[in-house]
Amino acid sequence: MVAPAAKFSIRAFHVHYDQLSALRDLDLDIRANEIFTVIGPANSGKTTFLHSLNRLIDLVPVSRCQGEISLDGVDIRRGLEIEVLRRKVGIVFALPLPLPISIFENVVYGLRMQGIRDSQRLNDAVERSLGESYLWEEVKDRLRTPAMNLSGGQQQRLCMARILAGQPDVLLFDEPTSGLDPIATARIEETLLILKEKYTIVLVTNNVSQAARVGDRTAFFLMGDMIEVSDTGKMFTTPADQRTSDYITGKFG
Amino acid sequence: MKPIRVHKLKEWFIEKSILLSGIFSVFFVMLIFLFLLREGFSLFRGESVLDFLFGKSWYPISDPPRFGILPLILGSLLVTLGAAAISVPIGIAAALYIAEIAPRRLKEILKAGIELLAAIPSVVIGFIGMITLGPWIKNLFNIPTGLTALTGSVTLAFMAMPTIVSIAEDAITAVPRQYREAAIAMGATKWQTTWRIVARAARPGMLAAVMLGIGRVIGETMAVMMVTGNAAIIPTSFLQPVRTLTATIAAEMGESVQGGPHYAALFAIGIVLFVITFLINGVADIYLHRSRR
Amino acid sequence: MTTRLAQKIAFAVLLLATLLVVLPVLIILLIIVAKGASAISWDFLFSMPRDGMTAGGILPAILGTLYLVLGAIIFAVPLGVMAAVYLVEYSSDNWLSRLVKLSIVNLAGVPSVVYGLFGLGIFVTFFGFGASILSGSLTLGIMILPVIITSAREALESVPRHFRTVSLSLGASRWQTIRHSVLPHALPGILTGMILGLGRVAGETAPILFTVAAFYLPRLPQSVFDQTMALPYHLYVISTQVPGIAENVRYGTALVLLTLVLLLNLAAILIRSRFRRKKKW
Repeated sequence: MVAPAAKFSIRAFHVHYDQLSALRDLDLDIRANEIFTVIGPANSGKTTFLHSLNRLIDLVPVSRCQGEISLDGVDIRRGLEIEVLRRKVGIVFALPLPLPISIFENVVYGLRMQGIRDSQRLNDAVERSLGESYLWEEVKDRLRTPAMNLSGGQQQRLCMARILAGQPDVLLFDEPTSGLDPIATARIEETLLILKEKYTIVLVTNNVSQAARVGDRTAFFLMGDMIEVSDTGKMFTTPADQRTSDYITGKFG
Repeated sequence: MKPIRVHKLKEWFIEKSILLSGIFSVFFVMLIFLFLLREGFSLFRGESVLDFLFGKSWYPISDPPRFGILPLILGSLLVTLGAAAISVPIGIAAALYIAEIAPRRLKEILKAGIELLAAIPSVVIGFIGMITLGPWIKNLFNIPTGLTALTGSVTLAFMAMPTIVSIAEDAITAVPRQYREAAIAMGATKWQTTWRIVARAARPGMLAAVMLGIGRVIGETMAVMMVTGNAAIIPTSFLQPVRTLTATIAAEMGESVQGGPHYAALFAIGIVLFVITFLINGVADIYLHRSRR
Repeated sequence: MTTRLAQKIAFAVLLLATLLVVLPVLIILLIIVAKGASAISWDFLFSMPRDGMTAGGILPAILGTLYLVLGAIIFAVPLGVMAAVYLVEYSSDNWLSRLVKLSIVNLAGVPSVVYGLFGLGIFVTFFGFGASILSGSLTLGIMILPVIITSAREALESVPRHFRTVSLSLGASRWQTIRHSVLPHALPGILTGMILGLGRVAGETAPILFTVAAFYLPRLPQSVFDQTMALPYHLYVISTQVPGIAENVRYGTALVLLTLVLLLNLAAILIRSRFRRKKKW
């Protein structure tokens, strides 16, 4: 059987913060149109991994990376401008982080930075992306009001719309529902399942059951190493490594 | 939409300008020192540095002129020490009150009041000192003139106090809450906590505040010129007119011939002032960093 | 003595000290208003001086002060804000940024009369601008550079870190992020610093002694290369060197200067506290 095309190709990837080794010798493929979940206890390198995919890690002055990450076969450090990369690979953070501007302006922020000013294009993008994140009906009459006035769950979906407006290829989620109530969490998970038809999704989560609910494949990270990666169903029923099993069953966290 | 090339070029230009602006301040400091040297150095062809610094006679317009600045240094020193003696205890006490004891509404008003005191131009303070304080001291001590080192000290104390209070208040407020809570938990009263624990912890910052206040006093020109009497002789008491380094420059520059020895001597005094305040501010900055950690 | 009593006494002493610092502002204000208000009239504020300063008004001094303030701000604000942007957004904690910060501290501590000497040496003499509004403004501009930089720095640093992270993650460049997600929110703080700088420039005498100020100019300045009168210098001369000027005129001049400076500072304080309460994050 032919292996599905790799969206992200990660080879021999290391990250150091000064003397501390945060991620060691990572070899991994992320396939197109899958939800790839990453689980593991604190300080295992999950967020470091995620931030490496869109080079957000460059913002940490003491970070040093080795190895190669390719998006659609193109090296993200040497073959791609960083602003272009970040438009193709959008990120939603653990806390909802709307900018202190209107809902409309939040969504079109990335587009404006690209120089797009045509109001027709902007309006279309806003309607489309708010629709994809299932926020359009709730806010369509108050697009020009401050985004900070929305509820937590709504703000998080706004953050999703913000990256969808730029028509990215990959969506990164860093524990997106950790600050939300179960209902809001469920809605976001439903949305992810729908989004994967158009996008590739990498989801870092502290919540093992969330990985079981939405992940196609799952990777388990521990203290900077990737211990194992496999189809979610297989990992949760017959994990290859004892440590994976211990973590999933809650023996340590 | 602009082509990427132009956009990138514009950004490169902006970022380089920003980098340059950052370096400008270093550039200006060096430039100031350089220009002071440029004009002041010619003095030292005819006179040694030691004669300049420690010479007891400042007679710039006599023939031959004498350029010894010891009386000026002592004048500055006297006024500064007097101002410090008044402003340091009062300033620290006020800082403690505002930071630790004043209720919040009052605190805002007091802090605004101190900011306003700091904003009063020195010429206005000198004016008031000259017209009200001078005659008062003259009558109080029965001396020939009210424009003395003491008058200068009191007037300048009011200029140093806002600096001392605001920086010390910052340092005191920065003392972590846990210190106070631990002391109270052990049964100390608020005063005991404030005096023995908080004030002690804030000591580096308070020291910096004092140094910066003194730095301000040494550098003060107009108020000093208007209230200290401007007699360039070595002082023997506080109740005499004195002359400071700063007042000398301001008062005599107009009379000096450009490029001549008097002109150069005044620039040389500028060099001395630059070095003194450089040192004071440098040391104060070190203490401020120590207190912030 | 019981500790309770000791505390009461200590607190009273501290309160007394605080009043000693704060009350003089009111006292100075009261004296100047009381004795100078009678000199304030339309004529005083808006007409030219006559008869060697013994009659007429102080319009040229007021205008001169405004020109100098404007000139200093035009020079210091763009340069100062960019320097602050450099320190907060672009520099890392290396020797260069520490040197820059040290230089700013030193510039802040240089005595105003030394700035006057510097202005004399470089602008009046070396560049040949002569005693002029240009020389005076440039000198004053360099003098308030540290004030502008420091307040702009604080304003920039108070903008939450995550605004930058979010903006960059959406594909904005570093400068775009600063321009659209940082600077707009730092503007009130920068404005406050600018107004405080204005107040400082308006009241300074020593830097303009040798670089621009003249005492009796019957004509208003026509260009930046002209000398001008200025309020603080004017006050200094009429209170120390010119006999025969009515007492209320002296106080009146002081009143005009003090009002100008205090209004500017009050405006800055109000903007700052209103901004703190209205923050959207």
